[in-house]
Amino acid sequence: MTFKVIVKGKASGKIMKTDIPINFLGAVDKKTGIIHDTKHDLVGKSIKDSILVFPYGVGSSVGAYTIYSLKSSKSAPLAMICAKADLSVASGCALANIPMVIATEFDKLEDGKEITLDTESDKLIIFRE
Amino acid sequence: MELTKEEESALKGEHGETMETAYRILVAIGEATNAEKLVPIKWAHLSGVNYNTIGDAGEEFLSKLSQDAKVKVMTTLNPMGFDFDSVSKYNLDKNFIEKQQSIKESYEKMGVIPSFSCIPYEIFDLPEKGTQVSFAESNAAIYANSIAHLKTNKESAFSALASALTGKTPYSDLRINDSPNLTIKMKIDEPNELAFGMLGYFAGKVADNSVTISGVSEMNKRSCKSLCGGMGTSGRCGKFFLGEGKENAEKIDFDKKEMQNIYDELNTSDHGDIITLGSPQLGLEEIADLSSMLKGRSFEKRCMVFCPRVVQEQARKIGYTNELERAGCEILSDCCTCLTPLVDKNEIDSVTTNSIKGAYYLKNSNGVDVNLKSLSQIIQDETK
Repeated sequence: MTFKVIVKGKASGKIMKTDIPINFLGAVDKKTGIIHDTKHDLVGKSIKDSILVFPYGVGSSVGAYTIYSLKSSKSAPLAMICAKADLSVASGCALANIPMVIATEFDKLEDGKEITLDTESDKLIIFRE
Repeated sequence: MELTKEEESALKGEHGETMETAYRILVAIGEATNAEKLVPIKWAHLSGVNYNTIGDAGEEFLSKLSQDAKVKVMTTLNPMGFDFDSVSKYNLDKNFIEKQQSIKESYEKMGVIPSFSCIPYEIFDLPEKGTQVSFAESNAAIYANSIAHLKTNKESAFSALASALTGKTPYSDLRINDSPNLTIKMKIDEPNELAFGMLGYFAGKVADNSVTISGVSEMNKRSCKSLCGGMGTSGRCGKFFLGEGKENAEKIDFDKKEMQNIYDELNTSDHGDIITLGSPQLGLEEIADLSSMLKGRSFEKRCMVFCPRVVQEQARKIGYTNELERAGCEILSDCCTCLTPLVDKNEIDSVTTNSIKGAYYLKNSNGVDVNLKSLSQIIQDETK
């Protein structure tokens, strides 16, 4: 699978995937990482320490601060993989040093799979369970 | 992305930590949007001011940043959490006030104009058409592109801040190409500002970064701002055109069914304990309008009216504020409906508003129920 690097880094963890865009300011608790938007399919789940796979960020420009706050409270995802780029997620990850890539084959990423993302080696390794 | 020698050395940290951070953000968003170079901007408008939204991590970040950072271009600011003039009347905790004060001081120290407004396009002189700016507030970015003929992407809080500190932005997306591949036909007859807000919210969900809206011949200021606010809330779309659009563009309708779906998503109550007007904040024209609608009438419950400080001062001179206060309005500046701690779910269960943007954040962030009504309906139902 190929991907475009937006923020460099390396991370290993379990994919938490949604096909619904995320409004970080409106939908994510900045201290715990729990999604509290009742209209979102990840409602009640924490994105902490996951490899968060989602289409793109939407909504308020302040969502970038939410990403930075998640990192400061140690509740951030280990990495983020998106289908499309958006400025809030890209800039939030850049400031918080959270590895972030755009995947060309977004549909092939499956929820619950263990993966290793390493932007230096240009590889996204997916381990089958 | 190609960087000049100077930009390259700033990215390596040779011009200090602040510049390194700013360029790291610019490079990330440049990569994200396939930019080939950075271009200069003339005006940055920052979000990330309200302590409710940026929290302790944001407050600490800005406090540290402001020790040596200075903005390089004209930079204006979004609303904060409350109005310092009236905060003592509210039951707000001391920590919030102190942290908000610190955030305010950090921005002032960096040379930012303390405008605390989400409608910079109504209170500052606009630069000439085609000027590159960086607006983080989504309704302001959409208004700047669509109505004021300026050029900005729908910036994030950090991308606009990085642009303020460097005077530059990646040359990409709406700055280069804004030709929409989608046309939405507005099929609602005699739409009020609530219908336009829902149209915007719908468009944000279905459009990519720009959209054409057909079937709209004219819009007043209130409807136009409501459209921009709604659009900015739900998606990534940063510009609209009024007209028929390209022949080969995808076409969808915004009719009663689509509008009802949005209404059902955002309207969660059949009444409000209080009323809020603003989000976006009201400009002078809307304040004038409101004061004439309220002639001889008074609100039967609390009604909070949000407008920029400079608008309140002008309205006071003209006498509009007397009329509003007589009718029972609380006029608040430097803050807005969205995410103000003045709307507290421990004291209030539901809010009546005509703002689609306000409705989304009241529900999802303040945690209160929302009763959506147009302004004329609010005046009819809630005043005597």
